[in-house]
Amino acid sequence: MIAEHVAFGIIAAVMVASALRVVTTRDIMHAALYLVIVLAGVAALFLLVGAEFTGITQVLIYIGAVIVLFLFGIMLTRTDFDQDEETDHKRKFPAILTALLLLAVMIGALVDRFEDVKLDANLPGGQTPQTTAQVSDELFSQYIVPFEAVSVLLLAALIGAIVIARREEGG
Amino acid sequence: MYLNEMLLLGAVLFCIGVYGVLARRNGVLVLMSIELILNAVNINLVAFGAFHDTVQGQIFALFVITVAAAEVGIGLAIVLLLYRNRRSIDLDQVDLMKG
Repeated sequence: MIAEHVAFGIIAAVMVASALRVVTTRDIMHAALYLVIVLAGVAALFLLVGAEFTGITQVLIYIGAVIVLFLFGIMLTRTDFDQDEETDHKRKFPAILTALLLLAVMIGALVDRFEDVKLDANLPGGQTPQTTAQVSDELFSQYIVPFEAVSVLLLAALIGAIVIARREEGG
Repeated sequence: MYLNEMLLLGAVLFCIGVYGVLARRNGVLVLMSIELILNAVNINLVAFGAFHDTVQGQIFALFVITVAAAEVGIGLAIVLLLYRNRRSIDLDQVDLMKG
């Protein structure tokens, strides 16, 4: 039990530090690489609570695909402006204030409601891992319509991205 | 393990993402901050799924991951188009419709 807490603490500390670097670093390429650490931490947390399939999917889609997409986006839009963001100071303090207020409200609500709730409280023998077979059973029976809708959405996004980003012929 | 550990981490990540969206001017970085927010939501979904011992939390998280991938694709295409037209991805300069 204690090992779980230690593992969670290490992962959480690394994730929060990296997330802070993502939103504060000047070099956008570093931001993308710190984002990898955050996403890997999320995947590790998923494995920690027994959500194996979602953890693997997180690695495949986020670290495998989304980050590569971000790196392409960064390389295709390189400007001098990346290095020099000193002028965002006028919005920095309102933004910090908003984020801290939001955090205070959420922490207050969460601590008030879930103060001592154990994650595996529902089962006497601790929690059972939610296997890939269970996920697929549920996904392809009860959630088949949303699944198909998401596949159509992905197709639409694919075509939309091509249409938006391609160069006009002779234009 | 306490449920609140996961939920509080999700809240912290969410707020960091909100700060990124509000304070940064680089279009790609704003998209990255949105990814942070969506990941915070996924942590909550999976934590509640594990808490109730159902796979529904995982399934919703999977849907969020898929929609986020689609969103990044479209978002980066828009940023690319912006860069091509204006040689800049500074979101403060995108104020054509400002009154």
